[in-house]
Amino acid sequence: MAPAPLGVGLRAARLVYGGLILFDGLDLTLTGGCFTCLLGPSGIGKTSLLRLLAGLTAVGVSGELRGDDGLPLTGRVAYMAQQDLLLPWLNVLDNVTLGSRLRGERPDRERALRLLARVGLADCARARPDTLSGGMRQRAALARTLMEDRPVVLMDEPFSGLDALTRLRLQALAAELLAGRTVLLVTHDPLEALRLGDHVLVMNGRPATLSPLPDLPGVPPRDPGDPAVQAAYRAILRLLGAA
Amino acid sequence: MKGLGRGLLTLAGLLLAWQGVVTLGELPPYILPDPPAVAASLWRNAGSLLGHAGVTALEIVLGMTLGTLLGGATALALGYSRRARRWLLPVLIASQAIPVFAVAPLLVLWLGYGLGSKIAMAMLIIYFPVTANFYDGLRHTPRGWLDLARVMLPAPRRWAVLRHIALPAALPALGSGLRVAAAVAPIGAVLGEWVGSSAGLGYLMLHANSRMQVDLLFAALLVLAALAVGLYFAVDAGLKRWLPWHPTNPETAETD
Repeated sequence: MAPAPLGVGLRAARLVYGGLILFDGLDLTLTGGCFTCLLGPSGIGKTSLLRLLAGLTAVGVSGELRGDDGLPLTGRVAYMAQQDLLLPWLNVLDNVTLGSRLRGERPDRERALRLLARVGLADCARARPDTLSGGMRQRAALARTLMEDRPVVLMDEPFSGLDALTRLRLQALAAELLAGRTVLLVTHDPLEALRLGDHVLVMNGRPATLSPLPDLPGVPPRDPGDPAVQAAYRAILRLLGAA
Repeated sequence: MKGLGRGLLTLAGLLLAWQGVVTLGELPPYILPDPPAVAASLWRNAGSLLGHAGVTALEIVLGMTLGTLLGGATALALGYSRRARRWLLPVLIASQAIPVFAVAPLLVLWLGYGLGSKIAMAMLIIYFPVTANFYDGLRHTPRGWLDLARVMLPAPRRWAVLRHIALPAALPALGSGLRVAAAVAPIGAVLGEWVGSSAGLGYLMLHANSRMQVDLLFAALLVLAALAVGLYFAVDAGLKRWLPWHPTNPETAETD
């Protein structure tokens, strides 16, 4: 189902913003086929790091980025942002197949419809995005991300704008549908990171550093009430200085 | 329907005030005719008014169409070529800075007394709002959409991004430009007719004025107002139909 796993290595990442060094000499490795969560407080530079991985370079950001096969990542990454980024003038199906139309390819509508069915939007293929709820829109964005069929998926707080129940459902759906791909999910919600991550990295300090948390038992999506998850949650809060 | 009722009420109020000024001020009909006199003139001259209105409407519609095409092309060039920005932006600013009133006699001299000079005038007057609004829309494509396209594309494809993202995203801005254009295009056409013409509502108004047929002048003015209002609502309805996703449309405003 998913393409062959591809690991990602980022070396000597550096971000200077307004004369302030947010991070410098940062190394990040994503294990191929694993779901990695990057957890950290707002303003620490998580999003900049993710954009660097996505190839969305900006002034003041630099770093050496390679797949573990030694080749650049261009064209092998899919990106999902906090906003669903659905184009309001296209229906859901056309939004899902946007990538192929941008590349001048023939859109594979059957595959898009299958993916829409898997995210539970089989009946909304012809609907305009503004008629959908926030959760449904983010499901459509997930289908669009899967449609790209890339080995690496980068997600920037994709569930943070949703209500708690919708968020839990979408987390489970994402864990199921993204299995086997190399995923980096940026979040400021410790429970989300613990629920979804094979590995969890905590980004903290200034300049920021990355420290891995001990891997939790069990397969994501984990139950937020699991004692191991709860214990790890308390540990994170201590680490971030919140308790 | 509520809006229509309010509009009729406003109209009735204005007519009443008009009648009041005539009656209380004891104004002679060659200064200010009362509404019944204007209505009678409207009825008496219906044929000639309709004919002249047709000419003016044709000038407005052709001027709007050509001005929109020219403005749209300019905005696209401005948005997609730095050289075009260097060369065309000053022209665009100048086109707005020179008063159309000043160019009108020249246009009549060059293009003659017929349709050409009036169409050119309407074009000139809408060129700036259409271009400026559309260019603004093209410049402000939401960054998230452009980021998404950049990750989806292995190599940059500017035309694909323009066609599938930037252009549709700028259509609501073009729509704002067209609404302004619909409101000012009649000014351009009538101005052209005042300077020199042999047909059109502007010509009729000038003609009636010189013969002290003030009731006919008012009748022509009313027809022109109806024409302008009709044009505005037609453009507005068209935009709502073709850009149904745009949040300024009342049907979708709440969900956005």
